Amino acid sequence: MAGPRHNMPTRKGPQKAMAENDRFFFDRYGLTTADLERYLTQALSDGGDYADLYFEHTTSSSLLVDESLVKTALEGISMGCGVRVVAGDQTGYAYTDDLAPEKILKAAKIAARIASGPATISTVGLSTLHSPNNLYPVAAPSTDRALRDKLELVRRADAAARGYDPRIAQARVGYADQVRHVLLAGSDGRIVTDFQPLVRLNVFVIAQENEKRQTGSHGGGGRVGLEFFQGEKDPEHFAREAARQAIVQLDAKDAPAGEMEVVLGPGWPGILLHEAIGHGLEADFNRKGISAFSGRIGKPVASELCTVVDDGTIPARRGSLNVDDEGQPTQKTVLIENGILRGYIQDKVSAEQMKTTRTGNGRRESYEHIPMPRMTNTYMLAGQDDPEEIIRSVRRGLYAVHFGGGQVDITSGKFVFSASEAYLIEDGKITAPVRGATLIGDGPTVLTNVTAVGNDLELDPGIGTCGKDGQSVPVGVGIPTIKISRLTVGGTAPRALQSFT
Amino acid sequence: MAELNLEQLAKDLVDRAVQSGATAADVVVHEGEEFSTTLRLGKIEKLKEAAAKALGLRVFDGKRSASAFSSDFSPASLKTLVARTIAMAHETSEDPASGLPESPLLGQHQGDLKLYSSDVAALGTEERIGYARRAEEAALGADPRIQNSEGASFESSVGTRVYASSAGFVGSYRSSYCAVYVVPIARGNGSGGGGMQRDFWYSVARGVAGLEPPEEVGRKAAERVLRRLGARKVPTSHVPVIFDTETASSLVGHVFGAVRGDAIYRNASFLTGKLGQPVAGENVTILDDGLRPGGFGTRPFDDEGIPSSSTPVIERGVLKNYLLDSYSARKLNMKTTGNAARGLAGPPGVGPKNFYLSPGTHSAEEMIRSVKEGFYVTELIGFGVNVVTGDYSRGAAGMWIENGELAYPVEEVTIAGNLRDILNNIEIIGQDLEFRRAIASPTLLVGGLTVAGA
Repeated sequence: MAGPRHNMPTRKGPQKAMAENDRFFFDRYGLTTADLERYLTQALSDGGDYADLYFEHTTSSSLLVDESLVKTALEGISMGCGVRVVAGDQTGYAYTDDLAPEKILKAAKIAARIASGPATISTVGLSTLHSPNNLYPVAAPSTDRALRDKLELVRRADAAARGYDPRIAQARVGYADQVRHVLLAGSDGRIVTDFQPLVRLNVFVIAQENEKRQTGSHGGGGRVGLEFFQGEKDPEHFAREAARQAIVQLDAKDAPAGEMEVVLGPGWPGILLHEAIGHGLEADFNRKGISAFSGRIGKPVASELCTVVDDGTIPARRGSLNVDDEGQPTQKTVLIENGILRGYIQDKVSAEQMKTTRTGNGRRESYEHIPMPRMTNTYMLAGQDDPEEIIRSVRRGLYAVHFGGGQVDITSGKFVFSASEAYLIEDGKITAPVRGATLIGDGPTVLTNVTAVGNDLELDPGIGTCGKDGQSVPVGVGIPTIKISRLTVGGTAPRALQSFT
Repeated sequence: MAELNLEQLAKDLVDRAVQSGATAADVVVHEGEEFSTTLRLGKIEKLKEAAAKALGLRVFDGKRSASAFSSDFSPASLKTLVARTIAMAHETSEDPASGLPESPLLGQHQGDLKLYSSDVAALGTEERIGYARRAEEAALGADPRIQNSEGASFESSVGTRVYASSAGFVGSYRSSYCAVYVVPIARGNGSGGGGMQRDFWYSVARGVAGLEPPEEVGRKAAERVLRRLGARKVPTSHVPVIFDTETASSLVGHVFGAVRGDAIYRNASFLTGKLGQPVAGENVTILDDGLRPGGFGTRPFDDEGIPSSSTPVIERGVLKNYLLDSYSARKLNMKTTGNAARGLAGPPGVGPKNFYLSPGTHSAEEMIRSVKEGFYVTELIGFGVNVVTGDYSRGAAGMWIENGELAYPVEEVTIAGNLRDILNNIEIIGQDLEFRRAIASPTLLVGGLTVAGA
């Protein structure tokens, strides 16, 4: 699968489309630059260092096929404006789902309450800023496509899942898409717009053999149109993969319990990075000194083999953005370089408080939410080792290739992620599949135990959603095959009873 | 908008859908206001307040259906909404089990279920901020090892929810909610990561008068975080595990996940096909109570207009009832238990009312004293629970029990087992049941689970 791209192509074609997108709120809702100035002035009328307006119009749809029936077809529109006022490290926020001027002015007045005093900032002349990124120029956004085209994808996946093996008892296929128009106007004079498509297909299956039932799931998508789902990424591919997992799990034994060597397969197992170090490196936690990574810039937090980046500029990826939700162009940020901690994941407020530069990671779930540092696509660079050699080097351990989700306590540094497909490694060979088990470790030290990094970097297929402080945002992860010398596996089979001792 | 107008809006939209060709339709409308403030080290960090409204429409074309949602209530927008939704319904499948509940089943509980308290909207902004400030001050002042905090918050919301359907139902109810919580950070002299720990405590209620004093919330949060200092990993073992009320509630939540009708008809639960059979020890009784005054799972009617009621789920260990909406009831040839739950649009799923494990007679202290060697769990993280298979594996933190006492804090371990076995191995049930959310449990002692560590 493709790795990260390093050079951004200059796109001339969709200039016209971009110009149209710039004008979405102006044309459709009669918004003018004078309005924006008025709202920002009201927001800063009680003081404050900065204010911004986040206009959002999101059209979304979803489909569900279950028991081979199209049970749900749902669509909707969500639209509104969020007003933020910043005074130092304090934030006032209000929003309205009604774009009438008096409603936005009222929201601006409420947000202004965070400050108290006379207005000290006036909005410099507003002008449109264009991001150097043009990462998802989708010619035919999915929301313009006919319902029956989407239904075809879902039906194909359903048929492929059920047809994979007679033991597949249940299949459920979901499709979800959205397109989001955004306009950010800041008191620093910037107007930034973006048009953000997002599509995802998910397959969940249950396999049954006599009394045993097991599950499998897979999916994919990105900031793409429906044409994404062809060739190697057609609906049948995702369906077969989900079905394969469930069938494999029918023969799974109890997972081992305790510390052992763990090898992670490439791609979605990159969730390790998201949980172990990603959240802990978000700048809001670090400027408050509450993260296990606080005060550690310049110190080793991983083995020399590890370089980890957060990159919002990978074309078409679920976790990518042309600009973050504070109007800052995204970029590729080196978090860990050859084991040394180099930087945090910044939003506007944190970067100012820490007197450093923004990294384009200020994100919010919607106009109803306050932005904060969030990841985009977080992955480890490929190393030199041959993945098969890595497995051969393990005398006894676990090889985990698929995961569900994970979670972290960024203060103690303890994180978990739950394996959904894993195998024992015995004397360098992959042997029995084992039932799902949660792996647990310590963020600041787990990567210091990475003793091999493969040359097979993959990014996840486009299924990640990150939750923080009640806000969900789409994200990506990636990793090559890696070996961790020591990690706790949360199974039920005590070591003494395992086939290896 | 006044409640009456919202009911009229919902009813009119249902009528318009039917006039436009839908064979049936239902509508949910929600309108509300939210407020939240976070203080950190005594300074306001965030202050947020807004009002919002939205509606969801579901239309039927015989046995086909489709849904849409919007926050634009203008007549022009609603007209388009109806047309588009009816057009979408044509493209879905005929689902024999789909449809609204029969009219005779519809109704709403009469009488005040105490879901709305006027003191929430009436509370001034300064007082709200004061709640957060008091909680944080109490936590920071509790011990010199607590010098930092992630913040203390006060949140509140009030809202109105309306449901109307072409089967002849229209009803609405108001509800309110307020909460204060605090997350103190403690630093010890321990190894690794500067030896920092965080923990939290909270109070949540329908009305301000129902909140614990914020000083108490702060004091308890401080106690919890101090207890974690110096936490260590333990060797892998198989021991009795005591789940505190918070973690025990999450266990009971998984049981809900296994008895909900939309999992049962799909054979996606380890409790499928077990009605009438013992699935837990005789000491276990689990109820789903829809009428508890002020409960977080209480409503006068469910999201299909079925009047609220209570359902015994497990009685002395025997599985008595699944929890159903009208769809899963039809699939299973049973009757709805009034558990339909829907966001705004789309077909409902099944949600809990006040779903709880009946309390026993022991205090948590007695339960700890009864364990020679074991694990008292106060936090669980991760999503390693599979309701289809019952497999359970989650990250955990808490206190190691030695000779009936809480000996030292533990972290970076997992607890694993199977929900089927857990239900059959609940050896002691505590008396400390408290309803802090829709799903509740007293402290529980489970006989033996694998604790994986070193």
